Amino acid sequence: MTQSKYFQEWFSNPRKDLIAGTVVALALIPEAIAFSIIAGVDPAVGLYASFCIAVVIAFLGGRPGMISAATGAMAVLMVGLVRDHGIEYLLPATVLTGVFQILAGVFKLGALMRFVSRSVVTGFVNALAIIIFMAQLPEFKGQGVLMYGMVAAGLAIIYGLPRLTTAVPSPLVCIVVLTIVSLSLGLEDSLRTVGDMGELPASLPAFLLPEVPLNFETLGIILPYAISLAIVGLLESLMTATIVDDFTDTSSNKNRECTGQGVSNIVAGFFGGMAGCAMIGQSVINVKSGGRGRLSAFAAGVILLILILVLDDFVRRIPMAALVAVMIMVSIGTFSWQSIRNLKVHHRTSSAVMLTTVLVTVFSHNLALGVGAGVLLSALFFAYKVSRLLEIDSALEVSRKERVYTVRGQLFFVSASRFAEAFDFQEVLEKVRIDVTHAHFWDLSAIHALDRVVLKFRREGTEVELFGMNEASKTLVLQIAEHDKPGAGDAPAAH
Amino acid sequence: MATSNILACTDGSIYAPSVYRHAAWAAERLDAAVNVLHMLNPHHEIPVKTDLSGSIGFNARQHLLDEIVELEAAQARVAAKRGQAILDDAKSQLEASGVREVFADQKHGKLSDSIASYEKDAELVVIGKRGNNADFEKGHLGTNLERVIRSCQHPVLVASREFKPMRNFIIAFDGGKSACKAVEYVAQSPLLQDMHAYLLYVGSGNAKVEASLAKAAGQLRASGFEVTIEQRTGEPERVIESVVAQDHIDLLVMGAYGHSPIRQLIVGSTTTEMIRIVRLPVLLFR
Repeated sequence: MTQSKYFQEWFSNPRKDLIAGTVVALALIPEAIAFSIIAGVDPAVGLYASFCIAVVIAFLGGRPGMISAATGAMAVLMVGLVRDHGIEYLLPATVLTGVFQILAGVFKLGALMRFVSRSVVTGFVNALAIIIFMAQLPEFKGQGVLMYGMVAAGLAIIYGLPRLTTAVPSPLVCIVVLTIVSLSLGLEDSLRTVGDMGELPASLPAFLLPEVPLNFETLGIILPYAISLAIVGLLESLMTATIVDDFTDTSSNKNRECTGQGVSNIVAGFFGGMAGCAMIGQSVINVKSGGRGRLSAFAAGVILLILILVLDDFVRRIPMAALVAVMIMVSIGTFSWQSIRNLKVHHRTSSAVMLTTVLVTVFSHNLALGVGAGVLLSALFFAYKVSRLLEIDSALEVSRKERVYTVRGQLFFVSASRFAEAFDFQEVLEKVRIDVTHAHFWDLSAIHALDRVVLKFRREGTEVELFGMNEASKTLVLQIAEHDKPGAGDAPAAH
Repeated sequence: MATSNILACTDGSIYAPSVYRHAAWAAERLDAAVNVLHMLNPHHEIPVKTDLSGSIGFNARQHLLDEIVELEAAQARVAAKRGQAILDDAKSQLEASGVREVFADQKHGKLSDSIASYEKDAELVVIGKRGNNADFEKGHLGTNLERVIRSCQHPVLVASREFKPMRNFIIAFDGGKSACKAVEYVAQSPLLQDMHAYLLYVGSGNAKVEASLAKAAGQLRASGFEVTIEQRTGEPERVIESVVAQDHIDLLVMGAYGHSPIRQLIVGSTTTEMIRIVRLPVLLFR
C-alpha cells in the first residue's frame, strides 16, 4: 500500500471520525467492564486491553473503520483459564494468541475464511448475541425487583431516546441517568455497582512481563486456550471486516488484519490486558455514527482511556443495571433477527448448519467449536448435494448382445456406492460399453468402485469397454486401478 | 479517423473550459481525437448521514446497510447525471473548437487510480491545475495533480486558468533524463512546431552542461526550431519565474518529479512549486 493511501485512510474524514470515535469510546466502557466480569478479571484488565487493541489496530489493521477491543467472544473462552490458573496465566496466553494470529497473517490463512459459509456466519453472530445475553443473567441472581426495574428503565432510555434525538448517544444517557437516580435515591447499597466488581484502572497501563515460569508446563496450560482465542479472534475480526466492507463499499486487506490483530494482542498482553478482537456491534455503531477512517478506532481507544482515568469515581458508582441494559442492547443489535424468519424460507440444510453452529457454541461456550461444527456440516451437505449430480443411463443395442451405460456427473466417496449399484450384473451380455465422457473420477473410492464394476462384469464373462475418460481421471486410474493391470479379474474377491 | 488520441480530464470546475481549449489546441496540432474522461468520486469516503445515538436495535446491520445503500444510490444517480451534463458540455465545446472526433467516458473512482489504464492509448494527457476539490484561495495545489502526473507515462499538459494562443515556449533544462526526454519529444512531435524555443539552464555551467545544452539546441534546430539559449544562476523557481515574465513566455516545458515521494515530503517538490507559481500552461515529462 502506498504512503499516500495510508495517509488518506487516516485523515480523509477527520471530523466525523473523531465524533464517531467518541461515541464508540462511550459505548466501549460498559462493554469492556462487562466482558472483564465475564472473563472473571478486574474491569481494569478489559479496559487496558480495549485501549491497547483499539490504538494498535488503528495503525496496523487492514480494515479502516472497524473497531477492535476486548470482546465477549474472547472473554467466554478465558473463563476456565482464569478460574483454574489465575490471571497470571491469562497474560502469556494473550501474547501467544497474538503470535498465532501473526503467523496466520504471514501464511495468508485469511483466505481460509471462504470455507466459512454464510449460514455459519449467521450462526456465529447469533451464538455471540446469545452468549452476551446469557452472560448478563447472573447479574440478576439474588437481586430484587429493583434490578429488573432499573434494567427495564435503562432499555427504555436506550431505545426511546433515539426517537427524540440522534445527537446524543443513548447508552451514555442511560448510564448517566441510572447512576444519578441510584445516587440520589440512595440505592447504592441495594444495587451492585461497577466498583463492587473489582479494581478499576488508576493509572496509564504499564509494561509488565508475565509472572509465570517460562517452561513447558506453562505452555501446556496456555496453549489450548491460545489456539481457541486465536481462531475465534480472527474469525470474528474477518467476519466483521466483511460486514464493514459491505457498509463502505470498499475492500479490506484480510491478511494485514490478521497480523494487526496479532500485534495488538501481544501489546495488550504485555500491558496487562486480555485478548480481544474486532467487535461487530461496535463497528456497526462506528459506521452508523459516521466513522470511516483509522482515526475513529484510534480516537475510541484514547478517549476511552481518558474517560476512565478522569471519571474514575463516577465509573465506580455506575450501577450494574445500567451496564446490563447496554449489553442487552448489544446482544439484540448483534443477533440476526432476519435469520429466524429465514428458517422458513432458506433450504433445510442451511438452517441446520446455522442452528448447529449456534447450539454447539452455546453449549460449549467456544465459538471455535461452533464454527468448526458448522463448517464440517456445511461441507458434508455440500458433498451430499454434489453426489446427487450423478446420472447413469443404459441402452441395449439392437443385437441384444451389447449394452451401453452412460455415466454423467461426479464420482467420489459419497457417490461411489450409487455408481456400483446402477449396473445390472444379472443380464447376460457379450459386451458392455461404459461411456464416461461426462463423468469425473475424483478419488480412491471412485476408482475402487469402477474396479469392482469392471471386474464383476468380467467374472460373468462379459467383455467391458470403458471410453471417453478425461485426462485427470485417467491419471488416477493409472495410479490406483486394478482392472487395467495384467492379471486383473483373477482375484476380484480381494476387494 | 485520427491516428492519435488526447486524454482530457475534467471535473466540470472553472478550469474545465480551459482544459477543453488546451485539448483542442493540441488536437489540432497533433491531428488527434480527444477522449474526455470524467471521474465520479467514490461516494463511500464520506458518510452520507450520521446518527450519534450509539444504539443498535433489531437487525441493526441489515437496516444500516439498507439505509446507506439507499442514500448513496440517490447521491450516485445525481452525480452520474451531473457527470453526463459535464461530458455533454465538454463535447460541444470541443466540437465547437474544431476537434473532429470526441469521445467521452465516465468512471467511478479516483483519477489517480485509473488514469494509468486510460493514458495507455493517449499521446498526451490534459488536466487542469486545480479542480473542484482543491482549495482555490491558498494558491495551493492538490496532491491529486501530483499523483496523476506521477502515474502517467506520457507527457501531461497542465492547463492554466485561461487559454491563450501560444507563440513560444521555454524548456527548463537541467540535463536530467526527463529534460532530455522533453527535448526529444518537442523535436519530434508536431505539437510545438513553428513556435520559438527558449532553452533555459539555471546554475553555473560546466563543460558537461554546455555540451548537453548544445546537443539539445542542435536537436531542436535540426527540427526547424529557432532556439535561444539562456543560462542564469540563482534559485531555479525564481529564475524561471523571472525569465518567463521577461521574455513573455506562453508555455513552460519541464521534466517532472525526479525525486521519490519520500524526499519530496521533506524538501518539497520543485515541480509542484513551479506549476503553482507560473501563470502558464505547463507541459510535463516523466
